[in-house]
Amino acid sequence: MVERHLFLVLWSTLVAVAIGLPAGIVAAHRPRVGRPVLAVASIAQTIPSLALLGFLLPLPFIGGVGPRIAIVALILYALLPIVRSTAAGLKSIDPAVIDAGVAMGMTPRQLLWLVELPLALPSIVAGVRIATIVGIGTATIAAAVGAGGLGEYIFRGLSMVDSTVILAGAIPAAALALLADAVLTWTERRLSPAHARASRTGPVALAAAIVLFLAVTVGSASPARDAIVVGSKNFTEQVVLGELLAQTLEHRGLHVTRRLNLGGSFICDRAIRSGDIDTYVEYTGTALAAILKQPIVKDPDTAFAQVRDAYGRAGLSVLPSLGFNNTFAILVRGADADALGLKTIDDLRRVATEWRPGFGYEFAERTDGYAGLASAYGLRFSAPPRVMELNLVYRALSAHQVDVIAGDATSGLIKSLDLAVLQDNRAYFPPYYAVPVVRSAVLLAHPEVRDALAQLAGRISEGDMRALNAAVDVEHRDVAAAVHDFLQRLE
Amino acid sequence: MPSRSIEAAPVVSLAHVAFAYGSRSILDDLNLSVSAGESVALVGRSGAGKSTTLKLINRLLLPDTGIVSVEGRDTREWNPIALRRRTGYVLQEIGLFPHLTIEDNVAIVARLEGWPEPRRRARAHELLELVGLAPSEFARRWPRELSGGQRQRVGVARALAVDPPLLLMDEPFGALDADTRQELRGEFQRIRRHLHQTVIFVTHDMEEAFALGDRVGVLEDGRLAFADSSCHS
Repeated sequence: MVERHLFLVLWSTLVAVAIGLPAGIVAAHRPRVGRPVLAVASIAQTIPSLALLGFLLPLPFIGGVGPRIAIVALILYALLPIVRSTAAGLKSIDPAVIDAGVAMGMTPRQLLWLVELPLALPSIVAGVRIATIVGIGTATIAAAVGAGGLGEYIFRGLSMVDSTVILAGAIPAAALALLADAVLTWTERRLSPAHARASRTGPVALAAAIVLFLAVTVGSASPARDAIVVGSKNFTEQVVLGELLAQTLEHRGLHVTRRLNLGGSFICDRAIRSGDIDTYVEYTGTALAAILKQPIVKDPDTAFAQVRDAYGRAGLSVLPSLGFNNTFAILVRGADADALGLKTIDDLRRVATEWRPGFGYEFAERTDGYAGLASAYGLRFSAPPRVMELNLVYRALSAHQVDVIAGDATSGLIKSLDLAVLQDNRAYFPPYYAVPVVRSAVLLAHPEVRDALAQLAGRISEGDMRALNAAVDVEHRDVAAAVHDFLQRLE
Repeated sequence: MPSRSIEAAPVVSLAHVAFAYGSRSILDDLNLSVSAGESVALVGRSGAGKSTTLKLINRLLLPDTGIVSVEGRDTREWNPIALRRRTGYVLQEIGLFPHLTIEDNVAIVARLEGWPEPRRRARAHELLELVGLAPSEFARRWPRELSGGQRQRVGVARALAVDPPLLLMDEPFGALDADTRQELRGEFQRIRRHLHQTVIFVTHDMEEAFALGDRVGVLEDGRLAFADSSCHS
């Protein structure tokens, strides 16, 4: 994880230097050309990182999930400090020194290399230092698009509502940033004229080490060829299911590359349609309403058939359901359910006017989410819903920050946080059966994929799924180990 | 006042030169002819165009009208880089390169000219010796470690690196205290006896102008008039 994180940061910083240094020189020498360059770099800097990834995702060549898009985003963030500090470093040189260089008969190129760049170097390194530190922090977001890095711990920790795991990502990221700061500050000092007497071998050795690291990591970062790429959304159950598909395929002797924890439904859908991933597990209700934008269908078989047909036309095969229905669950605190006698969502109406709901982003936005639920049950809450990361809503409920949430029926946290599921007595929620989606081209090339995944059909009950989720989220078991044990019991 | 007769072809000549920064006229019909080995001092109020005149000679500037020629060739026809490398230039602000040692500063033009390292170093040490800075003590030091007077000596040594036939000095001792000026002035006369360069220098100090210049030109209203040094008591 740390290597992958460094890989992302170093590559993006290196490319940003390659672009930013000449841009900074132009900005200093020709302010008229330089001003728009700085303006563009400034604008890129102001776009929130998740939003920037969202903008880049659909673009050709640079879009798609994986490290490439993360590196592009990090380059855009790194550009401004590098361009600005290069321009500032060049502009701050004593004009008499420049005049002397010109009067000595230096060509513009000689002036740049012999006088301007050496004198601006400490300032340039300062810019690189800032870009690197910002990059180390921002690269944690890269996990949202499946680029890996320390952000994976942070996202996983969020989904497990486990601060230890969050810290496992956050502390190394902070330590890396401090280390980079120290190393580059030292480099900056060594290069400044005040220390010009000091040997420059240190910074040179540092640069050599960085190049060596990149040379080593660039090989390891490229996925094995002809491997089946398994993706997943960014919550525990999805990571477990991704691992389940991966181990099942590996059991069949297939090579698998895991791209788990990619992002939400839309990111996974885009990834499989663009061929970035070959398979992931989708839910029929989600596919129908959120992806295909079709009206809600209450009958599980009709829903499945509609999804299968629509996906088939797009070159995606929907395999038979794994067995469980991960429908939305409207959850309240167990104590409240007991005290107020809440059993169904209808019962919620009695207390809704004094309660505040909390939802994940998808539920808040989707047509089969909050809006539909409120009109189907005639719910009026005291305050508009608090919208937050899906993984945080359980904790928010337990901490009395909200009073009712929409969660997953299979969440392992339902038991551990002593939450109660309110029955969907009006059958508002469509069926959300878990179905593996595979690119049809992959099934043609590797018929054994279909055979392997067919073994899983109908084998996982809601209870199984809740137990697997609890194993990871509550008992903090390793995903791979929990899945391995489960598959052994299945055989 | 007529300039004194010139025996040889002039090394530097400015004929009917006019120059303006935008709408502000600096020089207007300036005439100057300097022969080989001569030392000419240019004096005048600040803004009179003294520095501009020097910059016209090594083609840091081109005249609006008139002709500036060096060694009989119009500066417009000179390759500016070649012209500047054979024209030593001492700036008032000195402008030593802060990231280079004293010997590397002195040897910079030799480096640009592609001299091999040992020859560059030998030349730098020779020049440091000439300007009164012992190479053993000063060669490896940094500009910021030197006093103003020492730095100006380095500036002079740097201008002499590839033995240019022409030396331009812009207020070379301007920023120094009176004692140091006096000392460097004597030093400069000694160096000049040694090297026989053609020198054009700018100063605001009349005493200095008459002490160091074979001729003293006064810049006023964009024109140059020569004072006879014998008139100066």
